[in-house]
Amino acid sequence: MQKEVMFAGFGGQGILLSAKLLAYAAMEQGAEVMWIPSYGPEMRGGTAYCTVVVSDKLIGSPIIKNPTHLVAMNRPSLEKFAPVVKPDGVVLINSSLIPVRSGRDDVRELIVPANEAAVKLGSVKCANIIAVSAFAAMSKMVDVDILRECVKKEFAKKPKIIPLNMKAFDEGLKIAGM
Amino acid sequence: MAKVLMKGNEAIGEAAIRAGCKNYFAYPITPQSEVAEYLAKRMPEVDGVFLQGESEVAVGYMIFGAAACGERVMTTSSSPGVSLMSEAISYIAGARCPAVFVNIMRGGPGLGGILPSQADYFQATKGGGHGDYRLLVMAPEGVQEAVDMTMKAFDLAEKYRGPVMIMGDGLIGQMMEPVEFPEDFTPTPMNNDDWATSGMATRGTDKRNLVKSLFLDPKQLNDHNLLLKAGYDRMRQEEVRYEGYNTDAEYKLLIVSYGTMSRVCKTAIDTMKEEGLEIGMVRPQTLFPFPEQAIHDAAAKESCSHVVSIELSMGQMVEDVDRCVKGQRPVTWYGECGGDIPTPEEIIDHVKSLLKN
Repeated sequence: MQKEVMFAGFGGQGILLSAKLLAYAAMEQGAEVMWIPSYGPEMRGGTAYCTVVVSDKLIGSPIIKNPTHLVAMNRPSLEKFAPVVKPDGVVLINSSLIPVRSGRDDVRELIVPANEAAVKLGSVKCANIIAVSAFAAMSKMVDVDILRECVKKEFAKKPKIIPLNMKAFDEGLKIAGM
Repeated sequence: MAKVLMKGNEAIGEAAIRAGCKNYFAYPITPQSEVAEYLAKRMPEVDGVFLQGESEVAVGYMIFGAAACGERVMTTSSSPGVSLMSEAISYIAGARCPAVFVNIMRGGPGLGGILPSQADYFQATKGGGHGDYRLLVMAPEGVQEAVDMTMKAFDLAEKYRGPVMIMGDGLIGQMMEPVEFPEDFTPTPMNNDDWATSGMATRGTDKRNLVKSLFLDPKQLNDHNLLLKAGYDRMRQEEVRYEGYNTDAEYKLLIVSYGTMSRVCKTAIDTMKEEGLEIGMVRPQTLFPFPEQAIHDAAAKESCSHVVSIELSMGQMVEDVDRCVKGQRPVTWYGECGGDIPTPEEIIDHVKSLLKN
């Protein structure tokens, strides 16, 4: 069984990092994993997107036209990628920055005011952690406890910001209803 | 060792260190600059040297210098940079020095683009620089294979006393996959006392070594080229590597594809298999020496009516495929060369259209 998720947003929103955390967690679970960034002549504040593929067998194509799920952190990302998500997939919408919805009735929308929630916790920087934990909880693409450990490990060199990110992680779970 | 998640570029850098390479010279170019970034940090940790040249031309000759001294040495670059190094590569081949070159290919010609490409196939396998030399060329399909091949490349470069090239593409350089480095691996560089200019005192000898590619005497030069040719012929005997994919099935069509492109083909083949359509693939892991016999024999299978070379170029490897198939089956090309990669769906459509005709 192969699942793919596309993370998309502005450069600087931690898109590549949240995707990497998810990939780490999947690898820790023993799955086959691939993390594919979009790269090109990008600039700060421009768009960033990244695909994570998780599978129980060797992964073939790194080119994913129709991902299983989408995490949209800004409006252009939602408008661009919501139409290509496979039916029954999770579409996470960062409602702090996106006033619209996916316009699809065959996907599972997860509305997360990631920026607002992050600001309330102390820093907008942890919006991506809120998003990735909420996404993992709803999609069940990876085990959330393993993902939490991966977040801790990622910030091991900056122990001061671990508590904030742990709070963000729990906030994400709460928003997803866990 | 446990698996770690790494970008292809970083994994290639780590693989070089594990293989005992202490010399890395490079000039930054997208999409492989992370190798330099990674090794700029890592080399000093292992008492190695990272030096950024003032251009790829300079880097080519830094490689020559270190290789002539018998040191394990590597550079990484991308297409336009490899063109600039090509003169040095010819000299290194002519002077019979082991060195590892990595080309994380991007689109061309000229500055082209920065997205994945396989358009340097001719450059790597048919020349690039002048003169009668060949590179041993390996093409990984993913991050783990890039690691394995990079580590192997140093041994092969010494075995054949010549430059070895790893051909990746922008996607392999940029994507992350879990990789495993061999545990307790001890590099075993070959003794090079009989040719390397490593210092007479170091070698404890009064015999001078001379590294050169100039042979003005016609017989000497001819003999030198015969010696090189003997090495290339031995590669053809001993170093051919390829993977057969779904080649046990009664396939209707044979794909030949390598690197990133071959992985997309694997997904297409799996999908068609589920639909009941059998397609086989030969994936060359070495582009030189080329798996000539394997492709010849796979094309000869009775069920197979067509051979298609699928590559991120405007049809380069297809010339070698055609040469190997020897007219037994029609051989055609399919691919794209702007930086976009054909999707599994597009490959399936193309394969089906070939089978209809």
